[in-house]
Amino acid sequence: MDYSSVVFYFFSFILLFSAIKVITSKNPILSALFLVLSFFSAAGLWLLLQAEFLAIALVLVYVGAVMVLFLFVIMMIDINTEVMKKGFWNYFPAIGFVSIIMLTEIILVLNKPFFKTPALFKAPIKSNTDAIGEVLYSDYILPFEIAAIILLVAIIAAIALTLRGKKMHKGIDPAIQISVKKSDRLKMVDMGINKTKIKKRVKRS
Amino acid sequence: MLMENIFTQLPEIFSTTLWTILKIMAIVIPLMISVAYLTYFERRVIGFMQGRLGPNRVGYFGLLQPIADALKLMFKEIIHPTKSNNFLFLLAPVLTIAPAFAAWAVIPFDAELVLSDINAGLLYVLAMTSIAVYGVIIAGWASNSKYAFLGSLRSAAQIVSYEIAMGFTLVGVLMCANSLNLGEIVIGQSGGILQWYIWPLFPLFIIYFISAVAETNRAPFDVAEGESEIVAGFHVEYSGMAFAVFFLAEYANMILVSMLAALMFLGGWLSPFDFFPDGIVWLLLKVAFLLFFFLWFRATFPRYRYDQIMRLGWKIFIPITIFWIIFVGFMMQTPYREMFH
Repeated sequence: MDYSSVVFYFFSFILLFSAIKVITSKNPILSALFLVLSFFSAAGLWLLLQAEFLAIALVLVYVGAVMVLFLFVIMMIDINTEVMKKGFWNYFPAIGFVSIIMLTEIILVLNKPFFKTPALFKAPIKSNTDAIGEVLYSDYILPFEIAAIILLVAIIAAIALTLRGKKMHKGIDPAIQISVKKSDRLKMVDMGINKTKIKKRVKRS
Repeated sequence: MLMENIFTQLPEIFSTTLWTILKIMAIVIPLMISVAYLTYFERRVIGFMQGRLGPNRVGYFGLLQPIADALKLMFKEIIHPTKSNNFLFLLAPVLTIAPAFAAWAVIPFDAELVLSDINAGLLYVLAMTSIAVYGVIIAGWASNSKYAFLGSLRSAAQIVSYEIAMGFTLVGVLMCANSLNLGEIVIGQSGGILQWYIWPLFPLFIIYFISAVAETNRAPFDVAEGESEIVAGFHVEYSGMAFAVFFLAEYANMILVSMLAALMFLGGWLSPFDFFPDGIVWLLLKVAFLLFFFLWFRATFPRYRYDQIMRLGWKIFIPITIFWIIFVGFMMQTPYREMFH
């Protein structure tokens, strides 16, 4: 067994183990953390295939951003796993049926000759990042731009969904906060103290 | 000679591993020493800025103070909060410091002096620094404490927000350099101080540096551990060495982001003038100069309010960076493109 197979089996073992733990662990936060671990080991496998850009992008996007926000939400809500697991065995036949169909579909797809290329191919002459960039902006420019527009629509839709309705918070517009002047907050009042008295007091002291 | 004999006798897997570990040690040990002396330097500098002396009792000028601190922390008991998740509680500091060290793998110290000269070096660094947030989140959650949890949520939101602005500034750099390799980015700036990327990308440099301060949870962006509001934030329940590891990670990250700023905007190991030779000394000088700003900020600025931090990140930095990226892209199509390469 050479070095790369040792690394391959090591990462695959961690990947499978953590993927199983995602669905079996009782604590939703632990599930999310195991999902992070499985993403990370998948990135390791991609590095082994010399797809460095994809591997790093996986870590950057899924581990560094998506899962952080996921964890954020899971930590804030109180999930009672016992309630969620109630009636598991009642649904089991339906679950089993669906998963068998999915399994056969996956097997049918993976049997295609397209997926039977040898896994370890030779490294591209150019760097991986360059190659992907060139293909994306020449051959696949139209699908790529369409994907970008769909994403933009999704962003705007998400913002619009959260912004509709009455303004619920009592925050002050920062522009108003910044443009505040001394005269808005501070009012000098003449208390009418006899000035000569003060002068006398100053003289005495 | 003896070393070579040992290496040739071992099987290949072990010799490569051993050799790599030795190289990693050659980076990590000086880094740890600089972290220790950065803490000393910080206390002295802030002391002088505030009209105090700072630590000056242990050794000459207090130079042994970091070692005394390290010993003190090592012999302290690590207290586990009740009902905390023990495994995650101890994993969190490890997850904080591991990416802070892992990112150093692709940092070029010199034209040849780099552990791993990969093509996508800049992306790798960005990925590693984005993992560091897990340590903070897990620390806050596993501590089973409200202060720690609030601190970790604040910190996670802040790091995620400022990472976007930081990523966009790096896009500007790689547009100028035409490469993701840190070594090539530095070489693209050769030819004296006027060729450094700080000049065409000046707004991006400022935004990068401020985001770096926010990213490392330093004052004035240190709401994650704001003493006056939530005690010490995400590491309030940590004591002894576990706390020290968080501390080490924070300072290692400070050195890392300063190193990146020096490499990407200030010409790395290149000398500012043609008549001086290039060398690692220049890189270290630039990093020390940038680190001084971190200390200066801490001594000078009052802490930001939380909503102000978010506003600065999302509504000011991100639009400016996007505008400047488009501007650089536009200028590269004009006869002035030489200024941006």
